[in-house]
Amino acid sequence: MASISTILKQYPDGKREHLIPILQAIQEQAGYLSEDSIVEVGKHLQLPTSKIFGVATFYNQFRFEPQGKYHIQVCRGTACHVLGSSTVQAELEKRLKIKAGSTARDGLFSLEVVACIGACGLAPVISINGEFHAKLKPADIDDILEHYRNLESE
Amino acid sequence: MDFTIEINKEQVPVQSGEYLLDVLSRIGIKIPTLCHMKDKLPTGACRMCVVENKSNGKLITSCSHPVEQGMRIDTQSQRVAESRKTIVELLLSNHPDDCLYCVRNKNCELQDLAEELHVDDRRVRGEKNNYHLDMSSASIVRDPSKCILCGRCVVVCEETMGVACIDFANRGSQSIISTTYNRGLNVSSCINCGQCIMVCPTGALTEKNHFAEIQDALANPKKVVVVQYAPSISVSLAEEFNMEPGLDINGVMNAALRKLGFDFIFDTTFAADLTIMEESTELIDRIQKNERLPLMTSCCPGWVKYAEEFAGDLLPLLSSCKSPQQMMGAVIKTYFAERMNLRKEDIYSVSIMPCTAKKFEAQREEMVSKGIVDVDAILTTRELARFIKLYGVDIHKLEPEITDSPLGARSTAGKLFGVTGGVMEAAIRTAYWKLTGEELIKFQIKELRGLAGRKEAKVEVNGLTLGVAVVNGISNAKVLLDEIRAGRNDLHFVEVMACPSGCIGGGGQKIGASPEALAARMQTIYSADMKESLRVSHKNPEVIELYRSFLGEPNSEIAHHLLHTRYRIREDILK
Repeated sequence: MASISTILKQYPDGKREHLIPILQAIQEQAGYLSEDSIVEVGKHLQLPTSKIFGVATFYNQFRFEPQGKYHIQVCRGTACHVLGSSTVQAELEKRLKIKAGSTARDGLFSLEVVACIGACGLAPVISINGEFHAKLKPADIDDILEHYRNLESE
Repeated sequence: MDFTIEINKEQVPVQSGEYLLDVLSRIGIKIPTLCHMKDKLPTGACRMCVVENKSNGKLITSCSHPVEQGMRIDTQSQRVAESRKTIVELLLSNHPDDCLYCVRNKNCELQDLAEELHVDDRRVRGEKNNYHLDMSSASIVRDPSKCILCGRCVVVCEETMGVACIDFANRGSQSIISTTYNRGLNVSSCINCGQCIMVCPTGALTEKNHFAEIQDALANPKKVVVVQYAPSISVSLAEEFNMEPGLDINGVMNAALRKLGFDFIFDTTFAADLTIMEESTELIDRIQKNERLPLMTSCCPGWVKYAEEFAGDLLPLLSSCKSPQQMMGAVIKTYFAERMNLRKEDIYSVSIMPCTAKKFEAQREEMVSKGIVDVDAILTTRELARFIKLYGVDIHKLEPEITDSPLGARSTAGKLFGVTGGVMEAAIRTAYWKLTGEELIKFQIKELRGLAGRKEAKVEVNGLTLGVAVVNGISNAKVLLDEIRAGRNDLHFVEVMACPSGCIGGGGQKIGASPEALAARMQTIYSADMKESLRVSHKNPEVIELYRSFLGEPNSEIAHHLLHTRYRIREDILK
């Protein structure tokens, strides 16, 4: 919690309009927004936590669970969409048994949907901890996940 | 009137700044609405109230559009009718459609609109909502699958109650009304007032019912089933049976309760008188010691929970008195049990309340002693009506009957508890008598009457100017609390009721009652106070007998044990 108070100290006369920058800073630092952190922010800005949760869930960028060891970003930009990124996302959700925005129970993978990541030539593309996997078809997903699982067992 | 606009080819005078919807309803055009709330800022969210502006060819929401010069409004065009109908069809497309099994069947705005707008076939088939039912709260059940996202609960929770434990979450088709982190209502800051239920157009928000337990108890020959009802029930129950608003059917209600099989019928108003005896003693004590002022009432469990959550710094000001319901419960399982030679375990104690927070209050740990609760189950006014129907009792054919002794007598001072300001008036009457030995001549305190959200008065007692304030609706209380925190010190006594208008407007009352109906309930209570002769709590003969033969005097050791409670700061919730 100490780290959150450092962030809040940067906004001594915290106002409503500081909410999103504060949430971004917390996520930057902790990787997600915990219940405790939202309670702290609510106290600081004198906002009900339900409102903060409402604002945070409106935006895709905020996470409410810790990230997995391997964080998968699925690009849902226009080019990727046209070339079938929705089936890639569906396959990932099926294989990992989680919905986008959450983390698998073993903590190994987490899944996030992002807007264009600027690699339209590689569409449909996903990024795992910054490493790009290009021109994907749903059938490729199994091998990719297996690759990361093998890294763990080595 | 400032100018005229054309509505359905007729010229209608309007005032600038008026909302179109208000103009239309004034001239007798009924516009369907879902998200609209009287006296609240329009959101225009549901778009049910669209009308066509012929001057620019646009469909506009009449709730959020002020009148403009040159408007030519058509409320009956095919485009309007089609648009409204489509909205209902879309709302129904993901709705569970289990009307027959829904507690709001035949009392549902969505159902009414579907009928009014001739929705008679299923044009749009969507994926049905499938969210978890939230049963975690002792008072309120939340079924987000039935929610149509009108947002009225969010508005009332934030603006009227100042709690804001729910809000919109997610976005677009994923939108839901949610608590923080979608956790149960029981760990949210919900104060259980039930005002969200009162504004919900569908069955998404309902009270948690105790029907099965009560039926079991009534059917169990070993149980002595005792019932008590709050002061405001007798003036609001009539409306549930399509009788005139404000009609006092106390006697008939007694008869109906006997027909249902309750063994003893007591009036919580008796316990309201008892509360006054205890609370006025506490008031006088604090004034004499000049400590912990102003004394704040603790009858309202919604307010008590709010204070525990948001006003921990002011908790010492709260009266230690239990609410009338809990006092009655405690007295039933001790004094009454002894007199009747009954074991506590064999008594099943039911209360009928205008309130959903009472369900929470009854299961508070402070209200249990050695595993025995003061009150076993609670019915709201609405639920009592359903119960009477279930047992096939025709309330229209019953002759009035009286309550049972020794906990049935009441004063009209206790009856006033049903309206905002009533606890205050009743307490002042008894405090005045205790301090001066005389009765207050001007019984009715004009400044404390009526349904305003905040009222104040000064009363002269033995040279002391007693400063009193009455607030209803927690948002009004919030303002007063801030004044007290800022050092306001001319107040000795403050009454707080969570619900607007007090208990007659409680979260357990009839859904959809008009402001006129509320005023009628209030008038009935006031007129009883005019007509009847027993108008002060300290002259209630059964209260006097209770003190004489059992409690001793107010705030005696046994009274303290049975009739008083304690509070705790609630840090463990998501607020």
